[in-house]
Amino acid sequence: MSEITKQSLNELIDNIKNKKLSSLEITKAFVERSEKSKKLNAYVTDNFSQALDNAKKFDEKPNFELKLPGIPIAVKDLFCTEGTRTTAGSKILNNFIPTYESTVTKNMWNEGAILLGKLNCDEFAMGSSNETSFFGNVQNPISENLVPGGSSGGSSSALAANLTPVTIGTDTGGSIRQPASFTGTVGLKPTYGSCSRYGIVAFASSLDQAGPMSTNVKDAALLLEVISSFDKKDSTSIDFKRNKYSSELTNNIKGLKIGIPNEYRVEGMPSEIEDLWKKGIDYAKECGAEIIDISLPHTKYALPTYYIVAPAEASSNLARYDGVKYGFRSEGENLIDMYEKTRSEGFGEEVKRRILIGTYVLSSGYYDAYYLKAQKVRQLIKKDFDDAYKKVDAILTPSTPSSAFKIGEKTNDPVSMYLNDIFTVPVNLAGLPGISIPAGLDKKGFPLGLQIIGKPFDEQSILNIAYSMEEKISYKNNLTDWWI
Amino acid sequence: MTLDLKTVKHISKLARISVDEEKANKLAGDLNSIFEFIEKLNELNTENVEPLTSVANTTLRFREDEVQSQNIREKILSNSPDNNEDFFVVPKVVE
Repeated sequence: MSEITKQSLNELIDNIKNKKLSSLEITKAFVERSEKSKKLNAYVTDNFSQALDNAKKFDEKPNFELKLPGIPIAVKDLFCTEGTRTTAGSKILNNFIPTYESTVTKNMWNEGAILLGKLNCDEFAMGSSNETSFFGNVQNPISENLVPGGSSGGSSSALAANLTPVTIGTDTGGSIRQPASFTGTVGLKPTYGSCSRYGIVAFASSLDQAGPMSTNVKDAALLLEVISSFDKKDSTSIDFKRNKYSSELTNNIKGLKIGIPNEYRVEGMPSEIEDLWKKGIDYAKECGAEIIDISLPHTKYALPTYYIVAPAEASSNLARYDGVKYGFRSEGENLIDMYEKTRSEGFGEEVKRRILIGTYVLSSGYYDAYYLKAQKVRQLIKKDFDDAYKKVDAILTPSTPSSAFKIGEKTNDPVSMYLNDIFTVPVNLAGLPGISIPAGLDKKGFPLGLQIIGKPFDEQSILNIAYSMEEKISYKNNLTDWWI
Repeated sequence: MTLDLKTVKHISKLARISVDEEKANKLAGDLNSIFEFIEKLNELNTENVEPLTSVANTTLRFREDEVQSQNIREKILSNSPDNNEDFFVVPKVVE
């Protein structure tokens, strides 16, 4: 049997069910490795001693019928966990202890999983490198001083470093898929309405979705099956018949039509990404898929649209942080002064920038020119996909326009940071499912990912395509454990 | 268009975020580069396009207005930044 922390989720579950490993042995192994890995700064809050207690309790009365029996899992610190501090990577929520549990995490605990800790992320999930977190930068285990992507950067780092067998993140414009791509892991953003948003700290409510992150496609399918559910507590949750993603997973994709959008060949994209994409197309063909050229003509307008819609929704959502009912407060001379000082000191620079953009585009006299315009373009972007899906079953693109960059490299130029999400943002705007799988290395030896985009509610097809291509690609991270 | 200092201060006021002169200047620079990027949308004619408000083809559901969480008053108040037992406390608003 290989080292516990190197085993996949499915291997760990088999070993627990066959009584080759106990939940306590597994939990201990991940706790010990996490404790040795503080240099990565992946955790904001650990739950290690509680996790060990819970593992003991599981072993005393094990239930092997559950889907995640006694498996310790760390989650992004954007999910409210009852009784455990939840910060969203922000000073303003530094001391916030939720009185309720998010639906997706509750689904995990109901299936036997154990909370290992809360993972670092960009403040309110606004960022592509985890550098906007109040709790500091996160290291990418691939190489020192490399960003792990964002906003689910603590999640991608912890997962790639084997500090947790799988994890969950949230994705508003690429925050699961881009960090997965930067760390050689798998990340899936489900269809909007698939996973409940109840109990997730809100960023942009029409775009936010939770999703699984894992080291292989089979684990992602299982975790998605656990977290995806119809939930009355989220008014945008959709009641559709969900597949049994893990048992229906197949590598037979013969005859599936995969579209290649010409507009994803963007200016300045490194040739190695283009090469990787071509390789991906060849793999898909070898797997039996039919390749069809398609057009998504409004692709270049997706990012500008996103940077109106997302900040507008964020400025409304973040109005609740006023220093009254919870979170950080700065004393002021009067009520308004208290609000202004609290929000000025409690939010970081990127969050403030986005609140101000949002406030401006929604303000009297500018609403039509910006917000309404963006909603119209969003319609055109969605229509591009609707039209494409009359011809194809899924779409294959690169996940990101570059591999991971150095910490500090892009912090002074917001727009260059935003360009990271050029291939992932359209998927959120159209509410579609998308998965990033590791596909190879660039010249520097850093991982690159390929993205497969699906029809609404057709997570199964993109999982199957990913599963089938994963076999051909046979990618594995080669970790040196430089941080230990 | 460009955002001048006065506008930056005005939207900061609307957003209830205090900014000093130096911050406002830096923000004006950042916001202008972002808006320059956003204004690419103006080259598109969207006259006859319906705005998209929701990607899902469903209407929002109604539910019964029932109390589901009970006896959580203390827990809720325990997150309050000002130490008190029964109420949320704010600076005096009535003279």
